[in-house]
Amino acid sequence: MPKVSMTVNGKEVSGNIDSRTLLVQFLRDTLRLTGTHVGCDTSQCGCCVVHVDGKALKSCTVLALTLEGANVTTIEGLATDGKLHPMQEAFRENHALQCGFCTPGMIMTSVDIVNRKGNKLDEQTIRHELEGNLCRCTGYHNIVKAVAAGAEAMAK
Amino acid sequence: MSATGLGASVRRKEDLRFITGRGQYTDDINRPGQAYAYFLRSPHAHAEIKSLDTKAARKADGVLAVLTGDDIAADKVGGLICGWMIHSKDGSPMKAGAHPALAQGKVRYVGDHVAVVIAETLAQARDASEKIKVDYKVLPAVVDMNDAVKKGAPVIHDVSDNNTVYNWHLGDKAATDAAFAKAKHVTKLDLVNNRLVPNAMEPRAAVGDYEPGTESFTLYTTSQNPHVARLVLSAFIGIAPEHKLRVIAPDVGGGFGSKIFIYAEETVCVWAAKKVGRPVKWTADRSEAFLSDAHGRDHLTHAELALDEKGKMIGLRVNTKANLGAYLSTFSSSVPTYLYAPLLSGQYDIPAIYAEVDGIYTNTAPVDAYRGAGRPEATFVVERLVEIAARETGADPAQFRLKNFIRTFPHQTPVIMAYDVGNYQAALEKALEMADYRNIGKRKAASAREGKLRGIGFSAYIEACGIAPSAAVGSLGAGVGLWESAEVRVNPIGTVEVLTGSHSHGQGHETTFAQLVSDRLGIPIDNVSIVHGDTDKVQMGMGTYGSRSGAVGMSAIFKALDKVIAKGKKVAAYCLEAAADDIDFKDGKFSVKGTDKEIDFGSVALQAYIAHKFSGQDLEPGLKEGAFWDPTNFTFPAGVHICELEIDPETGTTRIDHWTAVDDFGRVINPMIVEGQVHGGIGQGVGQALCEGAHYDKSGQLVTASFNDYCMPRADDLPSYNVGMTQTPCPSNPLGIKGCGEAGAIAAPPAVINAITDAVGHENVAMPATPLAVWRAAQKAVMKKAAE
Repeated sequence: MPKVSMTVNGKEVSGNIDSRTLLVQFLRDTLRLTGTHVGCDTSQCGCCVVHVDGKALKSCTVLALTLEGANVTTIEGLATDGKLHPMQEAFRENHALQCGFCTPGMIMTSVDIVNRKGNKLDEQTIRHELEGNLCRCTGYHNIVKAVAAGAEAMAK
Repeated sequence: MSATGLGASVRRKEDLRFITGRGQYTDDINRPGQAYAYFLRSPHAHAEIKSLDTKAARKADGVLAVLTGDDIAADKVGGLICGWMIHSKDGSPMKAGAHPALAQGKVRYVGDHVAVVIAETLAQARDASEKIKVDYKVLPAVVDMNDAVKKGAPVIHDVSDNNTVYNWHLGDKAATDAAFAKAKHVTKLDLVNNRLVPNAMEPRAAVGDYEPGTESFTLYTTSQNPHVARLVLSAFIGIAPEHKLRVIAPDVGGGFGSKIFIYAEETVCVWAAKKVGRPVKWTADRSEAFLSDAHGRDHLTHAELALDEKGKMIGLRVNTKANLGAYLSTFSSSVPTYLYAPLLSGQYDIPAIYAEVDGIYTNTAPVDAYRGAGRPEATFVVERLVEIAARETGADPAQFRLKNFIRTFPHQTPVIMAYDVGNYQAALEKALEMADYRNIGKRKAASAREGKLRGIGFSAYIEACGIAPSAAVGSLGAGVGLWESAEVRVNPIGTVEVLTGSHSHGQGHETTFAQLVSDRLGIPIDNVSIVHGDTDKVQMGMGTYGSRSGAVGMSAIFKALDKVIAKGKKVAAYCLEAAADDIDFKDGKFSVKGTDKEIDFGSVALQAYIAHKFSGQDLEPGLKEGAFWDPTNFTFPAGVHICELEIDPETGTTRIDHWTAVDDFGRVINPMIVEGQVHGGIGQGVGQALCEGAHYDKSGQLVTASFNDYCMPRADDLPSYNVGMTQTPCPSNPLGIKGCGEAGAIAAPPAVINAITDAVGHENVAMPATPLAVWRAAQKAVMKKAAE
């Protein structure tokens, strides 16, 4: 089986994998980083969003072998030095999660929205930008609030 | 009220693990030596299996076993069961066809389980499944309920030659007919309650494990009720006796009903683990979830409402066909019967009601409880009828409801339920205020000037929650009691673990339950942990569904806490050298009445365990108490939702502008969590009304079997919600809780459709009201106006 090496959450990692292996499978099954979830098989739900080289990516859409040398951040790597990322804090503070299954993807997407769109986000922008992430529990109301609050907190 | 006590919006204790990716969902669990299961599913909606050749698959790389219905039969693994017996009008029992975990001779829907391949990797199992040769004799399939009951329709189960499970009824037919005979006005309506796929974001999963040294099984599974799963797998399916079967439902990523049921896949995984001598894991991909999770709703209904000359409701007649799919899922039989018709009185004083329900087999996935389960279907019938009746008689829809509301409690409806308490007009009046109803005319005019159509729709819903008094549901056919259990374990240093039979899969029990304990014992909330979802830890429980965890689960905890406090008083009495009757307990301190002598809860806990102050003959050491709570009545959450929306008649696009929800959930423990439940419920209800719908083609293929094809509501499909509350505490449980989990999903669909039909001029628009459907209705309205 071919070998792939990349940096995940700041650590050099590698694995010999079936060439069919998707990034999300490499993360979950090889590295046992199970915070990244699989909620569908059509790249619709966004539960598997991670950051690759600083940009949000649905990790079910890419073969792990194509990411040789890439820099990957998953939900497990978002908090630094034991301190939660402001977007994680915002999700908790605004009750933007219930069952928690979509949450890792939602948070990774939300951080990416702020990186692209800045720290002042209106409701319409947030709702539009969250199109690629499904949540079945919250009706999105509190997620929208959390993204706005997290965006502002990220400016500090 | 303290910052963490009852009524406080405490931030959730469970969130840390979820926001950091440290949750433990079933698919995150990997057992040493684990193998993977892949299910070969039927591509046909209805077929005989003439032969099944697994030879080549068994020889494929990495394959450990290929198992079929023959192996299930040889091992005497019992079939899946339906746990609620419904009797037809003529007294005959429902016709339940056999439901083997792997097909035996026949498949009955696309996705039915034909065989399972167990291999070293999932890819190997999937590859090998393609080498299984199945010779199907394809049979005609039937997916439409009206077709299914016609003479000559394909027979799905031999036990029912007309594909009818039951012809059930409720209410007084003669009294209802008499009411209609003297009616001044009758409103008639044909309705489709569209079929839905629950789609919890976490797909179902199972890991079966067998330990030969102790001859015991462990099943990790995505369950809302692990003890019920263990009971069924033990007592009916016969995997192992209960003490040799541990069921663990760890973090579960949403349920909405779909994870109540005991499915084929977990049954096969736990059985196969022993057979192959390895742990066996299965995780549904989303396509499998669409095909094989129990679906929801799917009713065809004709309903009639009779009014007298004053516009008072005097009778309601309902005839419903309910699609139960190809097999009877675990609680499927109860959903369109006892969870449906007893709610047909809504919030209204209707003296005579008669409902007939036919449960029908079709060649589609089984249909069972989905958020609200029967109650959204009932509310849709009542609230659509009421809205149309108001329009037909020229009454304001709010005033028409106010005129017909039940005003005095308790109120016995003609369909079983005895409503204990409520104040329906208070909720409606508050909602009218919040929705600025008095100025709706101005807003409609403003929209009209822009070439848009604005509508407003009401939904005054009621539900029966706190499920349920055991003896009562037993008399109606339930196979189980619906109490709940709790055990409060106080540790020697005064921290507390609560073991509960409720199961949290998003509801936040780890926080709300801890709030109760913290409040009553006067200890910090961080000193409390809630343990659930493991049959080896929690002795027994009935799980979480029907908005029952607050009303029933917390009542059990409340009762166990009473016992802890009573025992604590006895310990404190020895410590303070007083009589137990003279001990008070308040704010975490035991004190002697009328003195300043006191001892805190933690010290009493320690004294209970070191047992130096009393003799074992006088008082048992330790501080641990359990309780079972069996409710004495259902609870009746009710409220009013108002949807205001604007339609672009050129595109059919519907935009919800304002959503007002005023709910009476009785006592609220954590408003933040309760509001979150309301938001989520509305989201699902709006999804049903505007975009969701499972659709089978004539041949029985599910053509909406992925998120590409089945429209899940996304963030920009939904509005923000304006949530308010009224409170009439429930008298039948110690905390006064009614339950909040399903309200939004029950209230929302009629509110949306009433608003759309208001906007387009009273056309009947079916769910889902897609842009195409709305455009058609809107164009008719535009043309009608032009013609005027």
